[in-house]
Amino acid sequence: MSVSNQQVTPPVISPGASALSPADSAGTATVGAGEAVRLTAVSKAYQTGRTELLAVDQVSFSVRDGEFVCIIGASGCGKSTLLNLIAGLDSPTAGQIDVGGRKVGLMFQEPALFPWLTAARNVELALQSRGVPRAARRAETADLLEAVRLSGFGSRRPHELSGGMRQRVAMARALGQNADVLLMDEPFGALDAMTRDLLHDELERICAERTLTVLFVTHNVREAARLGDRVILLSSRPGRVIEEYVLPRTGQRRIDSPEVSEVAARLTDRLREEMGRHGR
Amino acid sequence: MAADQALRGLDNLELQPTEGARDPGRIARKAWTALWPKVLAVALILAVWEAVTLSGWKHLVLKGPGPVFSALWDEMLHGSPSLWGIIGVTLETAVVGYAAALVIGSVVGLLVARIPVLRAAVGSIITGLQTMPSIVWVPFGIILFGESESTILFVVILGAAPSIAAGLISGVDYTPPLLLRAGKTMGLRGFALYRYLILPASLPAYVAGMKQGWAFAWRSLMAGEIVVQIVGQFSIGQSISVDQQNLDFAGASAMLIVILVIGLVVDTIFTKADTSLRRRRGLLETAT
Repeated sequence: MSVSNQQVTPPVISPGASALSPADSAGTATVGAGEAVRLTAVSKAYQTGRTELLAVDQVSFSVRDGEFVCIIGASGCGKSTLLNLIAGLDSPTAGQIDVGGRKVGLMFQEPALFPWLTAARNVELALQSRGVPRAARRAETADLLEAVRLSGFGSRRPHELSGGMRQRVAMARALGQNADVLLMDEPFGALDAMTRDLLHDELERICAERTLTVLFVTHNVREAARLGDRVILLSSRPGRVIEEYVLPRTGQRRIDSPEVSEVAARLTDRLREEMGRHGR
Repeated sequence: MAADQALRGLDNLELQPTEGARDPGRIARKAWTALWPKVLAVALILAVWEAVTLSGWKHLVLKGPGPVFSALWDEMLHGSPSLWGIIGVTLETAVVGYAAALVIGSVVGLLVARIPVLRAAVGSIITGLQTMPSIVWVPFGIILFGESESTILFVVILGAAPSIAAGLISGVDYTPPLLLRAGKTMGLRGFALYRYLILPASLPAYVAGMKQGWAFAWRSLMAGEIVVQIVGQFSIGQSISVDQQNLDFAGASAMLIVILVIGLVVDTIFTKADTSLRRRRGLLETAT
Protein backbone atom coordinates (compact mmCIF):
# COMPACT_ATOMS: atom_id res chain seq x y z
CA MET A 1 0.00 0.00 0.00
CA SER A 2 1.62 3.22 -1.15
CA VAL A 3 1.89 6.29 0.99
CA SER A 4 0.33 8.55 -1.62
CA ASN A 5 -2.85 6.54 -1.53
CA GLN A 6 -3.23 7.24 2.12
CA GLN A 7 -2.92 10.96 1.53
CA VAL A 8 -5.45 11.12 -1.29
CA THR A 9 -8.34 9.08 0.05
CA PRO A 10 -10.53 10.99 2.49
CA PRO A 11 -11.14 8.34 5.20
CA VAL A 12 -7.80 8.32 6.92
CA ILE A 13 -6.70 4.95 8.08
CA SER A 14 -4.37 5.28 10.96
CA PRO A 15 -2.90 1.93 11.87
CA GLY A 16 -2.16 1.62 15.52
CA ALA A 17 -3.25 5.17 16.15
CA SER A 18 -5.28 4.64 19.28
CA ALA A 19 -5.74 2.50 22.31
CA LEU A 20 -3.54 -0.44 21.41
CA SER A 21 -2.00 -0.44 24.83
CA PRO A 22 -4.04 -0.09 27.98
CA ALA A 23 -1.49 2.42 29.24
CA ASP A 24 -3.38 5.43 27.91
CA SER A 25 -6.06 5.11 30.58
CA ALA A 26 -3.84 5.50 33.59
CA GLY A 27 -2.67 1.92 33.20
CA THR A 28 -5.59 0.38 35.04
CA ALA A 29 -7.52 -2.75 34.15
CA THR A 30 -10.90 -1.11 34.70
CA VAL A 31 -12.88 0.97 32.24
CA GLY A 32 -12.15 4.68 32.33
CA ALA A 33 -14.56 7.53 31.65
CA GLY A 34 -16.27 7.13 28.29
CA GLU A 35 -15.12 3.55 27.98
CA ALA A 36 -17.46 0.58 27.76
CA VAL A 37 -15.15 -2.39 27.50
CA ARG A 38 -11.53 -2.80 28.49
CA LEU A 39 -9.43 -5.89 27.96
CA THR A 40 -6.05 -6.02 29.64
CA ALA A 41 -3.57 -8.68 28.55
CA VAL A 42 -6.34 -11.26 28.16
CA SER A 43 -5.21 -14.79 27.36
CA LYS A 44 -7.25 -17.95 26.97
CA ALA A 45 -5.81 -21.43 26.66
CA TYR A 46 -7.75 -24.60 26.02
CA GLN A 47 -6.68 -28.04 27.02
CA THR A 48 -7.05 -30.31 24.01
CA GLY A 49 -5.91 -33.75 24.98
CA ARG A 50 -2.31 -33.51 26.08
CA THR A 51 -1.49 -30.26 24.32
CA GLU A 52 -2.54 -26.82 25.38
CA LEU A 53 -3.97 -24.59 22.68
CA LEU A 54 -3.49 -20.90 23.17
CA ALA A 55 -6.54 -19.35 21.51
CA VAL A 56 -6.09 -15.75 22.62
CA ASP A 57 -2.74 -14.30 23.63
CA GLN A 58 -2.25 -11.09 25.61
CA VAL A 59 -5.05 -9.21 23.91
CA SER A 60 -5.53 -5.66 25.10
CA PHE A 61 -7.90 -3.07 23.73
CA SER A 62 -10.70 -0.88 24.85
CA VAL A 63 -13.97 0.21 23.30
CA ARG A 64 -15.46 3.64 23.87
CA ASP A 65 -19.09 4.12 24.79
CA GLY A 66 -21.14 4.17 21.62
CA GLU A 67 -18.26 3.02 19.46
CA PHE A 68 -18.65 0.41 16.71
CA VAL A 69 -15.58 -1.78 16.70
CA CYS A 70 -15.06 -4.56 14.20
CA ILE A 71 -12.75 -7.42 14.99
CA ILE A 72 -11.36 -9.15 11.98
CA GLY A 73 -8.97 -12.02 11.53
CA ALA A 74 -8.43 -15.24 9.64
CA SER A 75 -9.45 -18.62 11.01
CA GLY A 76 -8.02 -19.48 14.38
CA CYS A 77 -7.71 -15.92 15.62
CA GLY A 78 -9.91 -16.62 18.63
CA LYS A 79 -12.64 -14.14 17.64
CA SER A 80 -15.47 -16.17 19.04
CA THR A 81 -13.47 -17.06 22.13
CA LEU A 82 -12.94 -13.38 22.75
CA LEU A 83 -16.66 -12.62 22.55
CA ASN A 84 -17.51 -15.52 24.86
CA LEU A 85 -15.03 -14.13 27.36
CA ILE A 86 -16.46 -10.63 27.19
CA ALA A 87 -20.01 -12.02 27.47
CA GLY A 88 -18.94 -13.84 30.61
CA LEU A 89 -19.83 -17.27 29.21
CA ASP A 90 -16.22 -18.28 29.77
CA SER A 91 -13.41 -16.95 31.92
CA PRO A 92 -9.92 -15.96 30.75
CA THR A 93 -6.81 -17.93 31.69
CA ALA A 94 -5.00 -14.66 32.37
CA GLY A 95 -5.67 -10.95 32.18
CA GLN A 96 -8.67 -8.81 33.03
CA ILE A 97 -11.90 -7.95 31.27
CA ASP A 98 -13.94 -5.05 32.54
CA VAL A 99 -17.28 -3.83 31.21
CA GLY A 100 -17.95 -1.48 34.11
CA GLY A 101 -21.09 -3.37 35.12
CA ARG A 102 -22.67 -2.87 31.71
CA LYS A 103 -25.14 -5.39 30.37
CA VAL A 104 -23.72 -7.43 27.53
CA GLY A 105 -25.85 -9.02 24.80
CA LEU A 106 -24.61 -11.64 22.39
CA MET A 107 -25.72 -12.47 18.86
CA PHE A 108 -24.53 -15.43 16.81
CA GLN A 109 -24.23 -16.31 13.15
CA GLU A 110 -27.33 -18.49 13.56
CA PRO A 111 -30.39 -16.70 14.92
CA ALA A 112 -30.70 -19.38 17.68
CA LEU A 113 -34.39 -18.55 18.14
CA PHE A 114 -36.54 -20.98 20.10
CA PRO A 115 -38.52 -22.80 17.40
CA TRP A 116 -41.51 -23.49 19.67
CA LEU A 117 -42.16 -19.80 20.28
CA THR A 118 -43.48 -17.14 17.94
CA ALA A 119 -41.18 -14.29 16.96
CA ALA A 120 -42.87 -12.04 19.51
CA ARG A 121 -42.61 -14.61 22.31
CA ASN A 122 -38.93 -15.09 21.51
CA VAL A 123 -38.36 -11.39 22.03
CA GLU A 124 -40.63 -11.28 25.05
CA LEU A 125 -38.71 -14.06 26.77
CA ALA A 126 -35.64 -11.83 26.90
CA LEU A 127 -37.74 -9.19 28.67
CA GLN A 128 -39.27 -11.78 30.95
CA SER A 129 -35.93 -13.21 32.00
CA ARG A 130 -34.76 -9.79 33.11
CA GLY A 131 -37.93 -9.33 35.13
CA VAL A 132 -40.01 -6.90 33.09
CA PRO A 133 -43.59 -7.10 34.43
CA ARG A 134 -46.13 -8.80 32.21
CA ALA A 135 -48.10 -5.64 31.48
CA ALA A 136 -45.07 -3.75 30.17
CA ARG A 137 -43.74 -6.66 28.16
CA ARG A 138 -46.29 -6.62 25.37
CA ALA A 139 -45.75 -2.96 24.51
CA GLU A 140 -42.00 -3.25 24.73
CA THR A 141 -42.01 -6.34 22.53
CA ALA A 142 -43.99 -4.44 19.92
CA ASP A 143 -41.48 -1.59 20.12
CA LEU A 144 -38.55 -3.93 19.64
CA LEU A 145 -40.17 -5.64 16.66
CA GLU A 146 -40.85 -2.22 15.17
CA ALA A 147 -37.19 -1.30 15.74
CA VAL A 148 -36.15 -4.17 13.49
CA ARG A 149 -38.99 -3.45 11.06
CA LEU A 150 -40.88 -6.62 11.84
CA SER A 151 -44.19 -5.26 13.09
CA GLY A 152 -46.92 -7.53 11.85
CA PHE A 153 -44.69 -10.61 11.85
CA GLY A 154 -44.76 -11.17 15.61
CA SER A 155 -47.19 -14.06 15.42
CA ARG A 156 -45.04 -16.01 12.96
CA ARG A 157 -42.84 -18.82 14.07
CA PRO A 158 -39.13 -18.75 13.24
CA HIS A 159 -39.41 -21.36 10.48
CA GLU A 160 -42.00 -19.20 8.74
CA LEU A 161 -39.56 -16.30 8.41
CA SER A 162 -36.65 -15.77 6.04
CA GLY A 163 -33.05 -15.98 7.24
CA GLY A 164 -32.69 -12.22 7.34
CA MET A 165 -35.93 -11.80 9.27
CA ARG A 166 -34.90 -14.43 11.80
CA GLN A 167 -31.63 -12.63 12.34
CA ARG A 168 -33.58 -9.42 12.95
CA VAL A 169 -35.77 -11.19 15.52
CA ALA A 170 -32.52 -12.31 17.16
CA MET A 171 -31.39 -8.69 17.11
CA ALA A 172 -34.64 -7.56 18.72
CA ARG A 173 -34.16 -10.25 21.34
CA ALA A 174 -30.60 -9.07 22.01
CA LEU A 175 -31.85 -5.49 22.33
CA GLY A 176 -34.55 -6.79 24.66
CA GLN A 177 -31.84 -7.89 27.05
CA ASN A 178 -31.34 -4.17 27.53
CA ALA A 179 -27.70 -4.57 26.65
CA ASP A 180 -25.46 -1.53 26.56
CA VAL A 181 -22.84 -3.54 24.75
CA LEU A 182 -23.85 -5.74 21.86
CA LEU A 183 -21.42 -8.50 20.92
CA MET A 184 -22.06 -9.82 17.43
CA ASP A 185 -20.39 -13.00 16.24
CA GLU A 186 -20.52 -12.90 12.42
CA PRO A 187 -24.23 -12.12 12.64
CA PHE A 188 -24.74 -11.70 8.90
CA GLY A 189 -22.32 -14.41 7.80
CA ALA A 190 -25.03 -16.81 6.67
CA LEU A 191 -27.08 -14.24 4.73
CA ASP A 192 -27.03 -13.36 1.06
CA ALA A 193 -25.21 -10.20 0.00
CA MET A 194 -28.35 -8.16 -0.71
CA THR A 195 -29.96 -8.91 2.62
CA ARG A 196 -26.67 -8.31 4.39
CA ASP A 197 -26.33 -4.90 2.74
CA LEU A 198 -29.78 -3.86 3.92
CA LEU A 199 -29.14 -5.15 7.41
CA HIS A 200 -25.95 -3.06 7.59
CA ASP A 201 -28.10 0.03 7.13
CA GLU A 202 -30.58 -1.23 9.72
CA LEU A 203 -27.89 -2.02 12.26
CA GLU A 204 -26.34 1.40 11.78
CA ARG A 205 -29.70 3.08 12.33
CA ILE A 206 -30.52 1.02 15.41
CA CYS A 207 -27.11 1.70 16.93
CA ALA A 208 -27.56 5.42 16.38
CA GLU A 209 -31.07 5.40 17.87
CA ARG A 210 -30.02 3.50 20.97
CA THR A 211 -26.40 4.63 21.39
CA LEU A 212 -25.21 1.07 21.49
CA THR A 213 -21.63 0.01 21.86
CA VAL A 214 -20.96 -2.76 19.39
CA LEU A 215 -18.19 -5.28 19.12
CA PHE A 216 -18.67 -6.95 15.78
CA VAL A 217 -16.69 -10.01 14.76
CA THR A 218 -16.50 -10.79 11.08
CA HIS A 219 -14.18 -12.30 8.49
CA ASN A 220 -15.63 -10.13 5.78
CA VAL A 221 -13.24 -7.20 5.28
CA ARG A 222 -15.80 -5.15 3.37
CA GLU A 223 -18.28 -5.54 6.16
CA ALA A 224 -15.68 -4.35 8.67
CA ALA A 225 -14.78 -1.38 6.48
CA ARG A 226 -18.46 -0.57 5.95
CA LEU A 227 -19.50 -0.65 9.60
CA GLY A 228 -16.58 0.01 11.91
CA ASP A 229 -15.53 3.20 13.63
CA ARG A 230 -12.44 1.18 14.28
CA VAL A 231 -11.19 -2.15 12.99
CA ILE A 232 -9.01 -4.38 15.11
CA LEU A 233 -6.98 -6.95 13.23
CA LEU A 234 -6.11 -10.16 15.00
CA SER A 235 -3.34 -12.58 14.15
CA SER A 236 -4.05 -16.29 14.01
CA ARG A 237 -3.00 -19.05 16.37
CA PRO A 238 -2.70 -17.50 18.84
CA GLY A 239 -4.96 -14.47 18.47
CA ARG A 240 -3.09 -11.26 19.12
CA VAL A 241 -3.92 -7.69 18.20
CA ILE A 242 -1.63 -6.90 15.31
CA GLU A 243 -3.08 -3.67 14.07
CA GLU A 244 -5.84 -1.15 14.58
CA TYR A 245 -7.41 1.12 12.01
CA VAL A 246 -9.44 4.15 12.91
CA LEU A 247 -12.01 4.88 10.23
CA PRO A 248 -13.42 8.38 10.66
CA ARG A 249 -17.09 8.64 9.84
CA THR A 250 -17.42 11.08 6.96
CA GLY A 251 -21.04 10.90 5.91
CA GLN A 252 -22.91 7.87 4.66
CA ARG A 253 -20.80 4.83 3.84
CA ARG A 254 -21.95 2.22 1.40
CA ILE A 255 -20.67 -1.27 0.83
CA ASP A 256 -19.68 -0.29 -2.72
CA SER A 257 -18.30 3.17 -2.07
CA PRO A 258 -14.65 3.76 -3.05
CA GLU A 259 -13.46 4.57 0.45
CA VAL A 260 -14.89 1.30 1.77
CA SER A 261 -13.21 -0.59 -1.07
CA GLU A 262 -9.98 1.19 -0.35
CA VAL A 263 -10.02 0.24 3.34
CA ALA A 264 -11.14 -3.29 2.51
CA ALA A 265 -8.18 -3.69 0.14
CA ARG A 266 -5.77 -2.65 2.85
CA LEU A 267 -7.30 -5.00 5.36
CA THR A 268 -7.19 -7.84 2.85
CA ASP A 269 -3.50 -7.19 2.16
CA ARG A 270 -2.65 -7.19 5.81
CA LEU A 271 -4.71 -10.34 6.44
CA ARG A 272 -3.02 -12.15 3.54
CA GLU A 273 0.32 -11.22 4.95
CA GLU A 274 -0.76 -12.72 8.27
CA MET A 275 -2.11 -15.88 6.64
CA GLY A 276 1.08 -16.19 4.59
CA ARG A 277 3.05 -16.36 7.81
CA HIS A 278 1.36 -19.69 8.51
CA GLY A 279 2.00 -20.96 4.95
CA ARG A 280 5.74 -20.95 5.28
CA MET B 1 -35.61 5.55 3.87
CA ALA B 2 -34.91 3.68 0.67
CA ALA B 3 -33.23 0.92 2.62
CA ASP B 4 -36.25 0.65 4.88
CA GLN B 5 -38.60 0.25 1.95
CA ALA B 6 -36.28 -2.20 0.23
CA LEU B 7 -36.13 -4.26 3.39
CA ARG B 8 -39.91 -4.46 3.65
CA GLY B 9 -40.10 -5.41 -0.01
CA LEU B 10 -37.52 -8.13 0.47
CA ASP B 11 -39.42 -9.49 3.47
CA ASN B 12 -42.57 -9.77 1.42
CA LEU B 13 -40.72 -11.41 -1.45
CA GLU B 14 -39.07 -13.97 0.76
CA LEU B 15 -42.16 -15.08 2.62
CA GLN B 16 -44.13 -18.02 1.32
CA PRO B 17 -47.44 -16.91 -0.11
CA THR B 18 -50.16 -17.83 2.37
CA GLU B 19 -52.35 -20.78 1.55
CA GLY B 20 -55.51 -20.06 -0.36
CA ALA B 21 -58.98 -21.19 0.67
CA ARG B 22 -59.24 -24.91 1.33
CA ASP B 23 -60.67 -26.79 -1.59
CA PRO B 24 -63.17 -29.33 -0.20
CA GLY B 25 -62.73 -31.55 -3.26
CA ARG B 26 -59.00 -31.74 -2.59
CA ILE B 27 -59.53 -32.74 1.04
CA ALA B 28 -61.94 -35.48 0.00
CA ARG B 29 -59.47 -36.77 -2.59
CA LYS B 30 -56.68 -36.73 0.00
CA ALA B 31 -58.83 -38.66 2.48
CA TRP B 32 -59.72 -41.21 -0.18
CA THR B 33 -56.04 -41.64 -1.15
CA ALA B 34 -55.20 -42.33 2.49
CA LEU B 35 -58.21 -44.57 3.05
CA TRP B 36 -58.49 -47.01 0.14
CA PRO B 37 -55.29 -49.01 0.83
CA LYS B 38 -56.47 -49.57 4.40
CA VAL B 39 -59.94 -50.63 3.28
CA LEU B 40 -58.39 -52.99 0.74
CA ALA B 41 -56.07 -54.50 3.35
CA VAL B 42 -58.93 -55.14 5.77
CA ALA B 43 -61.04 -56.64 2.97
CA LEU B 44 -58.16 -58.98 2.02
CA ILE B 45 -57.71 -60.13 5.62
CA LEU B 46 -61.44 -60.82 5.95
CA ALA B 47 -61.43 -62.71 2.65
CA VAL B 48 -58.50 -64.92 3.69
CA TRP B 49 -60.14 -65.51 7.06
CA GLU B 50 -63.41 -66.49 5.42
CA ALA B 51 -61.56 -68.77 2.97
CA VAL B 52 -59.76 -70.55 5.82
CA THR B 53 -63.07 -71.03 7.63
CA LEU B 54 -64.73 -72.42 4.48
CA SER B 55 -61.84 -74.85 3.99
CA GLY B 56 -63.02 -76.59 7.16
CA TRP B 57 -59.71 -76.28 9.04
CA LYS B 58 -60.35 -76.60 12.81
CA HIS B 59 -64.03 -76.45 11.95
CA LEU B 60 -65.07 -77.33 15.50
CA VAL B 61 -63.77 -74.06 16.98
CA LEU B 62 -62.88 -71.69 14.14
CA LYS B 63 -65.54 -69.17 13.23
CA GLY B 64 -65.62 -66.84 10.21
CA PRO B 65 -65.84 -63.05 10.23
CA GLY B 66 -69.64 -63.19 10.17
CA PRO B 67 -70.16 -64.96 13.52
CA VAL B 68 -67.31 -62.97 15.10
CA PHE B 69 -68.80 -59.61 14.18
CA SER B 70 -72.26 -60.69 15.23
CA ALA B 71 -70.77 -61.82 18.57
CA LEU B 72 -69.19 -58.39 18.86
CA TRP B 73 -72.52 -56.78 18.02
CA ASP B 74 -74.31 -58.91 20.62
CA GLU B 75 -71.75 -58.00 23.29
CA MET B 76 -72.20 -54.31 22.47
CA LEU B 77 -76.00 -54.39 22.66
CA HIS B 78 -76.82 -56.88 25.40
CA GLY B 79 -73.68 -58.46 26.81
CA SER B 80 -73.68 -59.34 30.47
CA PRO B 81 -71.66 -57.68 31.81
CA SER B 82 -71.93 -55.20 28.95
CA LEU B 83 -69.03 -54.64 26.59
CA TRP B 84 -68.98 -50.96 27.51
CA GLY B 85 -68.62 -51.83 31.17
CA ILE B 86 -65.74 -54.21 30.34
CA ILE B 87 -64.02 -51.53 28.24
CA GLY B 88 -64.64 -49.03 31.05
CA VAL B 89 -62.91 -51.22 33.64
CA THR B 90 -59.89 -51.77 31.40
CA LEU B 91 -59.59 -48.15 30.32
CA GLU B 92 -59.83 -46.97 33.90
CA THR B 93 -56.87 -49.18 34.84
CA ALA B 94 -55.06 -48.00 31.70
CA VAL B 95 -55.58 -44.33 32.52
CA VAL B 96 -54.63 -44.66 36.20
CA GLY B 97 -51.58 -46.81 35.41
CA TYR B 98 -50.43 -44.64 32.55
CA ALA B 99 -50.87 -41.46 34.58
CA ALA B 100 -48.79 -42.93 37.40
CA ALA B 101 -46.18 -44.08 34.88
CA LEU B 102 -46.15 -40.58 33.40
CA VAL B 103 -45.48 -38.99 36.77
CA ILE B 104 -42.87 -41.55 37.85
CA GLY B 105 -41.19 -41.68 34.43
CA SER B 106 -41.03 -37.88 34.18
CA VAL B 107 -39.64 -37.37 37.68
CA VAL B 108 -37.06 -40.15 37.31
CA GLY B 109 -36.18 -38.98 33.79
CA LEU B 110 -35.64 -35.40 34.91
CA LEU B 111 -33.57 -36.40 37.93
CA VAL B 112 -31.42 -38.77 35.89
CA ALA B 113 -30.93 -36.15 33.18
CA ARG B 114 -29.90 -33.52 35.73
CA ILE B 115 -27.76 -35.47 38.17
CA PRO B 116 -24.67 -37.13 36.67
CA VAL B 117 -24.21 -39.57 39.56
CA LEU B 118 -27.77 -40.78 39.17
CA ARG B 119 -27.26 -41.18 35.45
CA ALA B 120 -24.15 -43.25 35.97
CA ALA B 121 -26.07 -45.36 38.48
CA VAL B 122 -29.41 -45.98 36.76
CA GLY B 123 -29.06 -44.70 33.20
CA SER B 124 -28.38 -48.13 31.74
CA ILE B 125 -30.92 -49.78 34.03
CA ILE B 126 -33.65 -47.66 32.41
CA THR B 127 -32.57 -48.89 28.98
CA GLY B 128 -32.50 -52.43 30.33
CA LEU B 129 -36.00 -52.13 31.78
CA GLN B 130 -37.33 -51.06 28.39
CA THR B 131 -36.28 -54.36 26.89
CA MET B 132 -37.91 -56.45 29.65
CA PRO B 133 -41.01 -58.33 28.41
CA SER B 134 -43.80 -57.05 30.63
CA ILE B 135 -45.22 -60.51 31.34
CA VAL B 136 -42.20 -61.32 33.54
CA TRP B 137 -43.37 -58.70 36.04
CA VAL B 138 -46.70 -60.44 36.57
CA PRO B 139 -45.41 -63.16 38.93
CA PHE B 140 -43.53 -60.50 40.93
CA GLY B 141 -46.67 -58.42 41.16
CA ILE B 142 -48.73 -61.39 42.35
CA ILE B 143 -46.10 -62.24 44.99
CA LEU B 144 -46.07 -58.63 46.20
CA PHE B 145 -49.70 -57.60 45.87
CA GLY B 146 -51.68 -60.78 45.34
CA GLU B 147 -54.28 -61.11 42.59
CA SER B 148 -55.43 -57.51 42.78
CA GLU B 149 -55.66 -54.36 40.73
CA SER B 150 -52.41 -53.22 42.33
CA THR B 151 -50.62 -56.05 40.55
CA ILE B 152 -51.96 -54.93 37.19
CA LEU B 153 -51.03 -51.31 37.89
CA PHE B 154 -47.56 -52.46 38.97
CA VAL B 155 -47.06 -54.21 35.65
CA VAL B 156 -48.41 -51.28 33.64
CA ILE B 157 -46.19 -48.76 35.42
CA LEU B 158 -43.07 -50.89 35.03
CA GLY B 159 -43.94 -51.31 31.37
CA ALA B 160 -44.50 -47.65 30.54
CA ALA B 161 -42.35 -45.58 32.90
CA PRO B 162 -38.91 -46.56 31.50
CA SER B 163 -39.86 -45.44 27.98
CA ILE B 164 -41.24 -42.16 29.24
CA ALA B 165 -38.10 -41.53 31.33
CA ALA B 166 -35.83 -42.48 28.43
CA GLY B 167 -37.70 -40.13 26.08
CA LEU B 168 -37.33 -37.22 28.48
CA ILE B 169 -33.65 -37.95 29.10
CA SER B 170 -32.83 -38.04 25.41
CA GLY B 171 -34.81 -34.82 24.90
CA VAL B 172 -32.80 -33.04 27.59
CA ASP B 173 -29.55 -34.47 26.22
CA TYR B 174 -30.25 -33.30 22.70
CA THR B 175 -31.17 -29.72 23.56
CA PRO B 176 -29.20 -27.82 20.90
CA PRO B 177 -26.06 -26.32 22.51
CA LEU B 178 -26.55 -23.11 20.54
CA LEU B 179 -29.97 -22.59 22.11
CA LEU B 180 -28.45 -23.23 25.53
CA ARG B 181 -25.85 -20.56 24.81
CA ALA B 182 -28.57 -18.17 23.67
CA GLY B 183 -30.64 -18.91 26.76
CA LYS B 184 -27.72 -18.34 29.10
CA THR B 185 -26.88 -15.08 27.37
CA MET B 186 -30.46 -14.03 28.00
CA GLY B 187 -29.98 -14.75 31.66
CA LEU B 188 -32.00 -17.96 31.91
CA ARG B 189 -30.69 -19.90 34.88
CA GLY B 190 -31.73 -22.83 37.05
CA PHE B 191 -35.46 -23.44 37.06
CA ALA B 192 -36.19 -20.83 34.37
CA LEU B 193 -33.67 -22.49 32.07
CA TYR B 194 -35.64 -25.74 32.36
CA ARG B 195 -39.05 -24.13 32.25
CA TYR B 196 -38.44 -21.95 29.19
CA LEU B 197 -35.71 -23.73 27.28
CA ILE B 198 -34.74 -27.31 28.11
CA LEU B 199 -38.23 -28.76 28.67
CA PRO B 200 -39.84 -27.18 25.60
CA ALA B 201 -36.82 -28.24 23.55
CA SER B 202 -37.21 -31.79 24.88
CA LEU B 203 -40.91 -32.00 24.09
CA PRO B 204 -40.71 -33.90 20.77
CA ALA B 205 -38.52 -36.65 22.27
CA TYR B 206 -40.68 -36.67 25.40
CA VAL B 207 -43.85 -37.16 23.34
CA ALA B 208 -42.14 -39.95 21.38
CA GLY B 209 -41.29 -41.57 24.71
CA MET B 210 -44.88 -41.14 25.89
CA LYS B 211 -46.15 -42.77 22.73
CA GLN B 212 -43.84 -45.74 23.14
CA GLY B 213 -44.73 -45.82 26.83
CA TRP B 214 -48.41 -46.10 25.92
CA ALA B 215 -47.72 -49.04 23.60
CA PHE B 216 -45.87 -50.81 26.42
CA ALA B 217 -48.56 -49.89 28.96
CA TRP B 218 -51.28 -51.34 26.77
CA ARG B 219 -49.39 -54.61 26.25
CA SER B 220 -48.57 -54.87 29.95
CA LEU B 221 -52.19 -54.19 30.84
CA MET B 222 -53.43 -57.01 28.62
CA ALA B 223 -50.82 -59.41 29.99
CA GLY B 224 -51.78 -58.46 33.53
CA GLU B 225 -55.53 -58.74 32.96
CA ILE B 226 -55.33 -62.13 31.28
CA VAL B 227 -53.26 -63.64 34.08
CA VAL B 228 -54.58 -61.83 37.15
CA GLN B 229 -58.17 -62.74 37.98
CA ILE B 230 -59.95 -60.14 40.06
CA VAL B 231 -63.30 -61.23 41.45
CA GLY B 232 -66.16 -58.91 40.62
CA GLN B 233 -64.21 -56.84 38.08
CA PHE B 234 -64.74 -57.92 34.54
CA SER B 235 -62.06 -56.49 32.22
CA ILE B 236 -61.12 -57.11 28.57
CA GLY B 237 -58.27 -59.43 29.51
CA GLN B 238 -60.41 -61.39 31.93
CA SER B 239 -63.14 -61.68 29.35
CA ILE B 240 -60.67 -63.24 26.87
CA SER B 241 -59.55 -65.55 29.62
CA VAL B 242 -63.12 -66.74 30.11
CA ASP B 243 -63.57 -67.14 26.34
CA GLN B 244 -60.44 -69.28 26.35
CA GLN B 245 -61.88 -71.57 29.00
CA ASN B 246 -65.13 -71.88 27.01
CA LEU B 247 -63.26 -72.36 23.73
CA ASP B 248 -65.34 -69.43 22.47
CA PHE B 249 -63.45 -68.38 19.35
CA ALA B 250 -65.99 -65.76 18.33
CA GLY B 251 -66.00 -64.10 21.76
CA ALA B 252 -62.20 -64.05 22.00
CA SER B 253 -61.90 -62.65 18.48
CA ALA B 254 -64.44 -59.96 19.25
CA MET B 255 -62.28 -58.91 22.22
CA LEU B 256 -59.14 -58.95 20.06
CA ILE B 257 -60.84 -56.54 17.70
CA VAL B 258 -61.72 -54.28 20.63
CA ILE B 259 -58.09 -54.36 21.86
CA LEU B 260 -56.79 -53.56 18.39
CA VAL B 261 -59.20 -50.68 17.88
CA ILE B 262 -58.45 -49.06 21.27
CA GLY B 263 -54.70 -49.42 20.65
CA LEU B 264 -55.02 -47.84 17.22
CA VAL B 265 -57.21 -44.97 18.41
CA VAL B 266 -54.79 -43.99 21.19
CA ASP B 267 -51.80 -44.38 18.88
CA THR B 268 -53.49 -42.08 16.37
CA ILE B 269 -53.97 -39.46 19.07
CA PHE B 270 -50.26 -39.58 19.93
CA THR B 271 -49.28 -39.46 16.27
CA LYS B 272 -51.50 -36.43 15.72
CA ALA B 273 -49.98 -34.67 18.75
CA ASP B 274 -46.49 -35.48 17.49
CA THR B 275 -47.25 -34.26 13.98
CA SER B 276 -48.73 -30.95 15.07
CA LEU B 277 -45.80 -30.42 17.44
CA ARG B 278 -43.34 -30.95 14.60
CA ARG B 279 -45.31 -28.82 12.20
CA ARG B 280 -45.34 -25.89 14.62
CA ARG B 281 -41.57 -26.12 14.93
CA GLY B 282 -41.01 -26.33 11.19
CA LEU B 283 -39.73 -29.90 11.41
CA LEU B 284 -42.19 -31.16 8.81
CA GLU B 285 -42.48 -30.51 5.13
CA THR B 286 -45.52 -28.29 4.80
CA ALA B 287 -46.07 -29.16 1.14
CA THR B 288 -48.10 -32.28 0.56
